[in-house]
Amino acid sequence: MSIARIVLGGEGGQGVQTIAEILAEAAYRSGLEALYIPNFGVEQRGGVSLAFVQLGDEVVAVPKFRRAQVVVALSDRAIQRTADYVTRETTFIYEASAAVDPSFLPREAGRLLPVPAVKLATEHLHPRVFNVLILGTVVGVVDMVEETALKAALEGLLGHKFALKPELRELNYRALGEGRELALTA
Amino acid sequence: MTAVIERERRAFLTGNEVVAWAALAAGAEVMFGYPITPQNEIMHYWARLAPRYGRKFLQTEDELSAGYATIGAVLGGVKAFTATAGPGHVLMQEALAMAEMMRLPVVAIITQRGGPSTATVIYSQQEVNLACFGGNGEGFRLVYSVAGLQDLYEYTLKAFGMAWRYRLPTIVLGDGYQAKMRGPVKLFDPARQGIDTGMAAPFLGAAGTPGRERPPVHLRNTYNLEEELLAVVEEQARSFEQVAEQVAEYEEEKREGAAILLVAHGIVARAAQLAAGRLRRRGKAVGFFRPVTLRPFPETALRRAAFEAEMVLVAESAWGQLERLVRASLSGSEVPVQAYRRPGMGITPEELEEELEKILAARKSSGWSRGDEVAARAADATGLAP
Amino acid sequence: MKLQPEPQMPRVWRRESKPHRFCPGCGHPLALKALGEAVDDLDWQDRVVFGCDIGCSLLAWDFFDLDTVQTHHGRTLPVLVGLKRVRPELVPIAYMGDGGAYAIGVQHLVSAAARDEPVCSLVVNNAVYAMTGGQMAPTTLPGQKTETTPYGRDPALSGHPLKGAEMVAAVAAPEAYVARGSVANLRQLKRYLLRALQNPHFSLVEVLASCPTNWRTNAAETWEWVEKEMPRYFPLGELKGGVREEERR
Ligand SMILES: Cc1ncc(C[n+]2csc(CCOP(=O)(O)OP(=O)(O)O)c2C)c(N)n1
Ligand code: SF4
Repeated sequence: MSIARIVLGGEGGQGVQTIAEILAEAAYRSGLEALYIPNFGVEQRGGVSLAFVQLGDEVVAVPKFRRAQVVVALSDRAIQRTADYVTRETTFIYEASAAVDPSFLPREAGRLLPVPAVKLATEHLHPRVFNVLILGTVVGVVDMVEETALKAALEGLLGHKFALKPELRELNYRALGEGRELALTA
Repeated sequence: MTAVIERERRAFLTGNEVVAWAALAAGAEVMFGYPITPQNEIMHYWARLAPRYGRKFLQTEDELSAGYATIGAVLGGVKAFTATAGPGHVLMQEALAMAEMMRLPVVAIITQRGGPSTATVIYSQQEVNLACFGGNGEGFRLVYSVAGLQDLYEYTLKAFGMAWRYRLPTIVLGDGYQAKMRGPVKLFDPARQGIDTGMAAPFLGAAGTPGRERPPVHLRNTYNLEEELLAVVEEQARSFEQVAEQVAEYEEEKREGAAILLVAHGIVARAAQLAAGRLRRRGKAVGFFRPVTLRPFPETALRRAAFEAEMVLVAESAWGQLERLVRASLSGSEVPVQAYRRPGMGITPEELEEELEKILAARKSSGWSRGDEVAARAADATGLAP
Repeated sequence: MKLQPEPQMPRVWRRESKPHRFCPGCGHPLALKALGEAVDDLDWQDRVVFGCDIGCSLLAWDFFDLDTVQTHHGRTLPVLVGLKRVRPELVPIAYMGDGGAYAIGVQHLVSAAARDEPVCSLVVNNAVYAMTGGQMAPTTLPGQKTETTPYGRDPALSGHPLKGAEMVAAVAAPEAYVARGSVANLRQLKRYLLRALQNPHFSLVEVLASCPTNWRTNAAETWEWVEKEMPRYFPLGELKGGVREEERR
């Protein structure tokens, strides 16, 4: 795989764009080529938020694509909205509690990977690190991004929050770790 | 002025951030703008960065005002720019027409969005007509269609240089994808790379008392007689045509005896380049041509490339706006032109590959294509195919 | 995921387009509720034509069971003026943001008021350009931080907030109706709208409204701003009384 194409979808406030931005930044810091573009439009207010990320060892010249190797859906609406990007090669990562109606899950996906991120974050960590846990799973699945680069990217985006509350850093690292483990075991 | 970017560095930025950095590095003193997606963040970054470098920003009441305020600053002798898109671009053309008439080096960054009307705030290549020929004039302006973040940086730098050297309004034509996408880009000090970013000089209010120490400057854009206007426009046309060959830019990947020459501009050119390359690696004779300047259009180069091909395929995120420029360039020739039109939609390399294969297959079955054999022979000769 | 239609929805609200598209805590739907109730009370669903501008107001393009036209940014008033001139029996209402009404379209607003065009304007003043991501609006308060005034609005650089209602009152005909209400007092707002809609002359109602998304405020801060901060600069009340029922007969 020379370029990994990843689509992420969720409700406003779930932190989809943050995941995408950290992921792309981490890939860039790992010495990979990376390109990230959010969807934006008037429908975004109150609609599903989508992010497109591509990373790999080839120059990424075109920002959008039709099929993805990894699809991440964080809400029931996002599961439906991202279905078009799924092929038989796709790993479909989704928030376990969002699959209210399992018949909407894309059966054709090569691998369906439910992640109980809301539950884990709420019970073990903090509800706020829900999206970082998901990020951990994505990184585990894609397996191209270096750990130090990931932490540096996290620092770049959330450093100002860590500065105020240093214990947040550790919390985020743990979320990353738990997420990554899910990629391997689930 | 000390360099904004002293040491060359790589950064991971959005296109809109890239424009703000480029304008700073080019020595722009002031930006005027009115909010419109997908251009907004150019203003946001500029508003944040400008005071740190002693530069200025004014948010005007609309794009009419933004365009005219940019003209005012240019008349005062500073590098100034504005940025807009879609319906804002429509309004901006009113001021750009005045800049065209008076040959004022106004720089405008256009991030194309869907059209017509309000349409989408996302992406298109539907502002080609407007960028090239908007306003009640002849289109004597420079239009650079950029293809990627590095391009955006380098051509924004260059836009200031060319605008001031030739005294022509200059448009950097991007799009919503390039504005919003984040990726790697190399920032550098233009002076060290030999990129001319222009020397500004006042049109009005230069040294000396007008009428006493020097004649007054009387700029106008209104003429009394048809003959007066004719003379002015003829003179503009002559000087535009004179520089056209020098400033026209393009990129091409040639293919001798190509069955198809694929023509695209802007970000679509990147998809086209990939698609053409993949087909060539499969032994198919497909060439690629990207006009970088849409005004003036690289006519001679395109004619040369097209005449070597059996047909031309134009791909664009619009309904025939680039195609019209291509057809005009090829007028009088026999080379057939086909179009792949996707107004307001992004175009992927994969769909272009499919389209090219379809055309090649149709030609083969109709029995008059020599493309594939020529391709195989040419591949041997040039070593282009594996 | 369709929500049950709220029982208190005005009749003229279109059920099929609910839940609406505004952010939680937004002032727009509150203003549109007052407007809906006013139209209900008058039973004028057959004659009110709704025009919305570009801005978050455009999210209301299918909000009502009313004939609606969504226009370009700042151009709603001239469209409705043209309509009213050929169809005098209709009651057009222009629904605009403060940017649309007081910046890009101000020339249309001033001219329509001065010519006493018998159209009604409802201007949502949320002190920012909301749709484009929170830039300075003509109504942004001194010191208020926005994307284009990252260090706070400095009146020495970008002037003082525009008092649109006062400006219009100054140029409008004596029979015009001009008032300023707030989403914090919907009964008063509805009263103003009833008078504005019935006034057979130019009328304008400005409404102070919340935009928590761009203000980046929590619920308590949002209401504090709408109820306390904004009226300090933009006083509520009627600026021009229009033609009263009794005078019209
Ligand atoms: C000619 C033109 N310029 C700019 C825009 C971009 N634009 C869309 S909405 C908006 C501002 C909206 O602010 P406001 O009118 O205050 O309404 P709000 O979103 O706050 O409700 C702008 C500038 C446009 N659509 N057309
Ligand atoms: S951005 Fe502000 S004005 Fe627009 S819908 Fe959201 S809260 Fe309302």
